[in-house]
Amino acid sequence: MTFDDLDLLKEFVVESQEHLSDVEEKLLAMEGQGEAIDVAAVNTVFRAVHSIKGAAGFMGLGTLERLAHREEEVLNKLRAKEIRPTSDVINALLRATDRIKFLLDSIETSNDIDISDQLTILEEILVAHESGTSAILELSKEVVTEKVSEKKLDIQLSSEALREFLEECIENVDQLEQDLLAIEETTDDDRVLNRIFRSMHTIKGSSGFVGYSSLENLTHAAEDLLVLVRDGKLQFTQRMGHILLQCVDAVRTMIRALELNDASLATDPANIISELQSLKTADGGNIPHPQGILSKKSTASEEKASRAESLNSPSTQTETVQSSTGPASVKSGANTEGPSKGGNESNLQESSIRVDVSILDKLMTCVGELVLARNQILQHSNRTSDNGLQASAQRLNIITSELQEHVMKTRMQPIGNAWNKFPRLVRDLAVICEKQVRIEMEGKETELDKTIIEAVKDPLTHLVRNTVDHGIELPQVRVKNGKPAEGCLYLRAYHEGGLVNIEIADDGAGLNLEKIRAKAVEKGLFSADEVAQLSEREVSQIIFMPGFSTADKVSNVSGRGVGMDVVKTNIERIGGTIDLQSERGKGTTIRVKIPLTLAIIPALIVSCDNNRFAIPQVNLLELLRLEGEQASQKIEWINGTPVYRLRGRILPLIDLRSILRKPKQCVENQSDINIIVLRSEERQFGLVVDKINDTEEIVVKPLSSQLKNLQIYSGATIMGDGKVALILDVNGIAADANASSKEGTRQALEMVNLSQQGNTDSNSLLVISLGVRRKLAIPIAQVARLEKLPASHVEIAGESEVVQYRGDIMPIIRLQHIFHDCIHLEEPDLLNVVVHNQGGRNFGVVIDKIIDVVDCDPDSFPTGQSERRSAVINGAVTDLIDLPSIIAQTLVRV
Amino acid sequence: MKSLATFPRQVCTFYVGGQAFGIDVQTVQEVVRSLEMTEVPLATECVQGLINLRGQIVTAVDLRVRLRIAPEDSDRLPMHVVIRTVDGPLSLLVDRVGDVHEITEDQMESPPDTLDLSFKGMITATVKRDHDLLLILDIDKVIQLN
Repeated sequence: MTFDDLDLLKEFVVESQEHLSDVEEKLLAMEGQGEAIDVAAVNTVFRAVHSIKGAAGFMGLGTLERLAHREEEVLNKLRAKEIRPTSDVINALLRATDRIKFLLDSIETSNDIDISDQLTILEEILVAHESGTSAILELSKEVVTEKVSEKKLDIQLSSEALREFLEECIENVDQLEQDLLAIEETTDDDRVLNRIFRSMHTIKGSSGFVGYSSLENLTHAAEDLLVLVRDGKLQFTQRMGHILLQCVDAVRTMIRALELNDASLATDPANIISELQSLKTADGGNIPHPQGILSKKSTASEEKASRAESLNSPSTQTETVQSSTGPASVKSGANTEGPSKGGNESNLQESSIRVDVSILDKLMTCVGELVLARNQILQHSNRTSDNGLQASAQRLNIITSELQEHVMKTRMQPIGNAWNKFPRLVRDLAVICEKQVRIEMEGKETELDKTIIEAVKDPLTHLVRNTVDHGIELPQVRVKNGKPAEGCLYLRAYHEGGLVNIEIADDGAGLNLEKIRAKAVEKGLFSADEVAQLSEREVSQIIFMPGFSTADKVSNVSGRGVGMDVVKTNIERIGGTIDLQSERGKGTTIRVKIPLTLAIIPALIVSCDNNRFAIPQVNLLELLRLEGEQASQKIEWINGTPVYRLRGRILPLIDLRSILRKPKQCVENQSDINIIVLRSEERQFGLVVDKINDTEEIVVKPLSSQLKNLQIYSGATIMGDGKVALILDVNGIAADANASSKEGTRQALEMVNLSQQGNTDSNSLLVISLGVRRKLAIPIAQVARLEKLPASHVEIAGESEVVQYRGDIMPIIRLQHIFHDCIHLEEPDLLNVVVHNQGGRNFGVVIDKIIDVVDCDPDSFPTGQSERRSAVINGAVTDLIDLPSIIAQTLVRV
Repeated sequence: MKSLATFPRQVCTFYVGGQAFGIDVQTVQEVVRSLEMTEVPLATECVQGLINLRGQIVTAVDLRVRLRIAPEDSDRLPMHVVIRTVDGPLSLLVDRVGDVHEITEDQMESPPDTLDLSFKGMITATVKRDHDLLLILDIDKVIQLN
């Protein structure tokens, strides 16, 4: 199959998918409505399927056309209430719709896809119906089809032009209707009358142009009547208004008929035309103009005349206001506003246009750049005393903010778009799981950025699946527990504090904490002792851990073990959080919080070691500043971890410098301590930074793949001065700090990339521990790097241990073998290795724990009798060791 | 050895530590003089920092570190050779940028086997020039840092 125009095909697919988007919902709603079926809903579905059928035929997509045609037939019967919307019928329709979607997805090969099964099902429904109906119905059906073929609308137009025509007509009809209603109240307002005339005339003109003759005839008749009224030859009566409104209704129906290309809908305007004509003759007896064009010409000349007249004698004009058209009214008539926005139910969305998402993305990028440029200009303008520049900069500021806001809005979509498929999903799942589940949704219209909607779609689907599969009990169990057999899945979305909250709640069984505990032990995630110590809340968080599933068997629906952890990661990736609350027997509530948009966010700019960093304000709770003397006193230490008492609660502190492996700040400067209280997954911690600068709107840019593995950054941005600043990932920082402290080497955070520090720290010592009691100090100058290497990577070469390190073979030296006296600890999975570089060769010295980096001159160590020199550092006797000599010793031994 | 057809005919040449290297001229987006760089703490050694290239944030990879060429004391600021990658632009820091060189088939030879393995992995061919040897870089391997 080849298509001349792939774009056309693509457009067709997109449009069709759009058509189908709410079909499912409508079909589900119909199910069980029986006689009281919502015809409007059936019509919507019918229209969607119908337009797909039409376009598919046009494009030569035979398979798609056939299927759509059959579905349409069934829908037609449904609409005519000849078939009841039983669940069999709805099921068949749902399946057929699914298949249509599938065909659309693989449009290129759609003609080769077998759809016979669906066709048979639909045909069976039709046949079953046929056999059950009387001959009368048969007959009437034949009549209908005959009529249709006879009145097949013969309008050949490109879809674009047709669309334009329809839109224009609908605009005019809406305006007409409003004006007619208005004129019924104040019959003498000729501005309105003029507008009515114009609208009618426009419809007449364009319908003539497209060759829709019946519409043209109708509007022509109406226009003729209106000419008489406008020229004062006829008085506007209530009856006239009534007939004209009927005429408007007829026009509307005819337009719709054209829109659907379904002539059966079009009414015959003959009655109304004769009514209109009778009105004309009844009162005035004037001979109507034979042609619209003629009448138009004459009107124009009359207008001219009256204008001239009014110029000469303004007084005459006021007298004749009822009958003639003054210049002012002509003018305002010409300026008539576009379509009214009030309550029209037209199917064409006249106030919206379709825009390629990529264009919106580009627009967004441009706005991002503009925001940056604005920030730069603002910075400059603050430095000058030029009032003119400052004023312009201020204006630029306001306009940019406004533009930014509106461009963001273009990308906003209601979350309902992501939820649309849930009713169907829940229904199908409930059937599979043999459960009864009702879905309730609140806050469908809550808007958020398109990219975020895309990003949460899958996690939400997963959560909904999980809820139906695991959360809600079987009907018999529910009844036994005194609950209604039908479970309820409750989706709710709302805005709160610049975030969108999405809740997925159920009234099911709640989490079985005991089962989770048992599984966690079974899967080796925790030891039995650990699990026993966890709080209920912590236990409920276990389900977010990788590889965790309590499902006894892997079901079709969920429980494959790739579950909640993926959901959690995906939500956190877009800066969101997920939280779960559960009450045994009562139900579970999962709360997802996500930012409105990702592209431009407010952020706090901080400094650390002369680098600037941005912290998204979403994570920010408060700022603290400890000044002067009190500063260092207020920081307390628990097992080497600094904490601060914030209003009576202990707030763990993380030094950004240690996270970034930067040297500690000099003691003199540390008199003031800046703490940023941040929230990470419902936990709080204080981040200690050198300086807090300002808040700024920043444009988030992704990091290149070379830097993606750094969890402490979520992106980068360009600051007002054009320099790049990294955006800190608060969750990443918390995880980083956690990971390090968990391994018991909290001080490893101070692991400085020592080689980069150069020789400025020749007086620093790295204090390490070996075994339980021994402390050793190594001159920092001898340390090239600190590494953590997996113990399993240690290999044997010759008689010594080696490890592959940065493409080289690095000998491993274990200090325990040299200091025999220390009590050996069990070998950990990760070895702490001090890398020493000697003559271009690396040596790895394995140590147990890194304790601290202290300022201390090695020369100050007293010289003892032996080679070893010791001093008291931080209250512990510490031996100073010299790596080169230790390496030399070892090499000699080997 | 691959046939010449699979190799670029025109390469952009540059120097790192006195050695001439070449990459397909098609992959080069532009060459810019030294720009202010933002350090990325914790990044691998070869990542020298981030630069603002007309509103785009571009990662700068120090070829000297990447190719493990000994550092040299030089006051000269490095040049950014900005290349196009699937992931967006990326900057390679080099000492000096040379001419565009036309390669002929008789100049080409595979890299010698005695080269350091990890280094050899990043070289696709050696081009014999009158006064020096030009090493053609396998840019995909060079930018794959992990």
